[in-house]
Amino acid sequence: MSVNNPEYDFKWCPGCGDFGVRRALERSLEDRRIATELPMENNVVVAGIGCSGNLVHLLEGDRPYGFHGVHGRTLPVAMGIKMGRPELNVLVVAGDGDFLSIGMEHIAPQAARNLNVTAVIMDNAVYGLTKGQSSPTSEFDMITSSTPYGKKEEKINPLKLYLEYGVSFVASMISSKIKDLSQIINTAMNHKGFSIVHVQSPCTTYNDTYQLLKGNAKLGIAPIAWEIPETHNNSDINAAHDIASKGGVPLGILYENKTRSSFDENIKELSSKVKPRNLDKIIGSFSI
Amino acid sequence: MRFAGEGGQGVVTSAEGFAQAAAQEGYYIQTFATFPSQIMGGPTWTQTRISTSEVLSSGDELDVLVAFNEEAYNMHKESVKTDGVIIYNSGDFQIDNNIGGSVKTLGMPFDELAKSTGNTRASNMVVMGALADLVNMPQLILESFVTKKFTRGRPNDAEIISSNIQALSLGKSEVEKTDFHLEELSPPRPPKYEQILINGNTAISLGALVAGLEVFIGYPISPATPILLWMEQRLIGKGKFVHQASSEIESITAIIGAGYSGKKSMTSTAGPGFSLMSEGIGLAWMAEIPIVVVNVQRGGPATGLPTKTEQSDLYASMYPAHGDVSIPVIAPGTVEECFYASINAINWAERYQGPVVLLSEMALSERQTNIPKPDIKKIKIENRLTYTGDKGHKRYEGENVSPMSLPGHPGSYVANGSEHDVWGDTTHLPQRHVEMTNRRFNKLKLLENEEYESINNNNEVSIMPWGGSKGPVQEAYELLVQEGLDIGWYYTMFLNPIPKKLLAELKEKKLIIVPELNYRGQWSSILRSYGVNAKSITQYTGLPFKVNDLVHEIKQNINLE
Repeated sequence: MSVNNPEYDFKWCPGCGDFGVRRALERSLEDRRIATELPMENNVVVAGIGCSGNLVHLLEGDRPYGFHGVHGRTLPVAMGIKMGRPELNVLVVAGDGDFLSIGMEHIAPQAARNLNVTAVIMDNAVYGLTKGQSSPTSEFDMITSSTPYGKKEEKINPLKLYLEYGVSFVASMISSKIKDLSQIINTAMNHKGFSIVHVQSPCTTYNDTYQLLKGNAKLGIAPIAWEIPETHNNSDINAAHDIASKGGVPLGILYENKTRSSFDENIKELSSKVKPRNLDKIIGSFSI
Repeated sequence: MRFAGEGGQGVVTSAEGFAQAAAQEGYYIQTFATFPSQIMGGPTWTQTRISTSEVLSSGDELDVLVAFNEEAYNMHKESVKTDGVIIYNSGDFQIDNNIGGSVKTLGMPFDELAKSTGNTRASNMVVMGALADLVNMPQLILESFVTKKFTRGRPNDAEIISSNIQALSLGKSEVEKTDFHLEELSPPRPPKYEQILINGNTAISLGALVAGLEVFIGYPISPATPILLWMEQRLIGKGKFVHQASSEIESITAIIGAGYSGKKSMTSTAGPGFSLMSEGIGLAWMAEIPIVVVNVQRGGPATGLPTKTEQSDLYASMYPAHGDVSIPVIAPGTVEECFYASINAINWAERYQGPVVLLSEMALSERQTNIPKPDIKKIKIENRLTYTGDKGHKRYEGENVSPMSLPGHPGSYVANGSEHDVWGDTTHLPQRHVEMTNRRFNKLKLLENEEYESINNNNEVSIMPWGGSKGPVQEAYELLVQEGLDIGWYYTMFLNPIPKKLLAELKEKKLIIVPELNYRGQWSSILRSYGVNAKSITQYTGLPFKVNDLVHEIKQNINLE
């Protein structure tokens, strides 16, 4: 059940990272509503299929528009909405399976177009909803329900991949840092172009990485998450690549290209150059 | 008249040029083209049929074959009818003039004759000049065509026009040297109304624009690509968006996003691309998003026959997706119907708020023909019911279509591809699935009262083609009626849902004969599932029906042979 709808029957497991992402997103949308003075309905959240996609039904407070479609296709749906109605603020929420496995083919074209949407990716390195199969970000040799003797594929590095594809805003976060995450999502939404906020959002049932991410001083475990130093120049693509290659989970904005125009701006400019043709004239051009 | 040769030899320009010239002078024309699936070269042919009344099919036998090379000659000579003429390019190959029967052959060095005019590109004019003389079409008609075609405001216009006219005369004098003569073409009887010359793909594109299309996203695929290219040039301006997607999966899901945002949206594709769109079409059905998918059918499963024609995607169009779906399908039968089908498809999508398949086929897509110029003021354009109230709208409430709220305005909901409640939130309650399934199927009733053709309907046996087979079947039907056969005629382009009254009529008949271009007899089997005693005449050659074959088969089916 959700706050909005007692009949809604989906629940995240206790401690799921997605709770934090939801809270951060609610905060970002509310902040944006106040800052832009535009109604909440000006925002559209396009959700993937998987545990994380259910976020769109679980948002509390004033609700944005939502779209909960088919597995892997959040980005093209978001493109249709954004290019149909460029005045809307369009977000994508999806997991690592939806976005990086079945939906991988859609990242490169949107990066090339610089589609002005913000994708918030909840990465738990496992397929949760289908009960614990391996995903593109699960570790080599990881035992999962679909890799009972160990995963024999290298894991991908999504941050490097986004940068290589030319995504114009790339940030990395963990779900427990709600305030920081909320700010980064806001910066991403204000970014003109394709922005991805990649969030480590642990699955407490099939792949609990909280301890790994945050460390445990008592047990002498060092955290793999680390703050991107303030000295990092995030307009420098090479510096961004260096951060993405360092290992662990960097926290902060790796890259932001403020010089590129967005897809809708480019299309608008193109349209202004081509003289629209009157319907009667078009039909008349086929007259015998 | 069939023009056959290698791609790039001017085969298509000759055929279409001759057709255009004839249409300009008030004849009715229809072209039929078949291309090889390669960029350059390969055997290609285009056919032009000219008449003083409406042309229904591209014709069975050839009055004239123009063979640009030996391969074309060998491939097509059997199709020339007794007393027909073969004009061949004697600059390229020689044939034995005595090929048997009464077929006449005339060799002309196309290229050399063109060269002598100083314009090496005028060889198709040599051919056209010869043809005009064979059928006694005044050369003036072609000269005026050439003048119009090459008056382009360039300094060498006059020179080009004069060399092309000279080429026409050279062709003419080659025929004059012989005593060859075909049946004379009667003077044209131009219709009183204005006409446009157009092919099926363009008619679909034009119709969509008239219906208020705002977003088009497509991926190149034969034979649907021209629709994408047409849109890329013309669907421009404020509030409009056209784009080439990275795949058909991207196309379908992107137009669903655009449809959800409130825009009239369309994609076009063919067989393989349509298969990739299946899941998306199911999503639009489930989430109740108006979209139109144009499927220009080609032949076969998988890559199949990319440049040939077939009517084998009917099952796939009605039931493309998993789960309980019944997707509305409109299948135009003529180029003119392509225009109106496109408007109807967009109107349907808006009216019932869901996906509509516009099912065209290769044979219609490239067919040039003259049709009455549409009067766009008389065309009814429909727009979806939208929500204009305050917050708290139940988007999916009720047993039938309900107001759709649009982003940016109060009434936020989740458009959901999972089973959902009135708010669009996911649910697994049995009762909700029953309610929502009923609602989705109920909406189809809004589409059941469209028009259909019903002639001689007091007969027990009727013939009922669908889609692009309409023309040849109509021609066969008219021949049979002339022979005194008592037989009825039914036709509609609205295949799913079939007009309620039409279905009631069909159920009363003893036999409905359905000529269709597929192996399984798809439309007749669907009709049988409705309780109609339907039987198919099938053909799956990748080519349209021949009228004579149909006459023969129809007679066999009613035990007259």
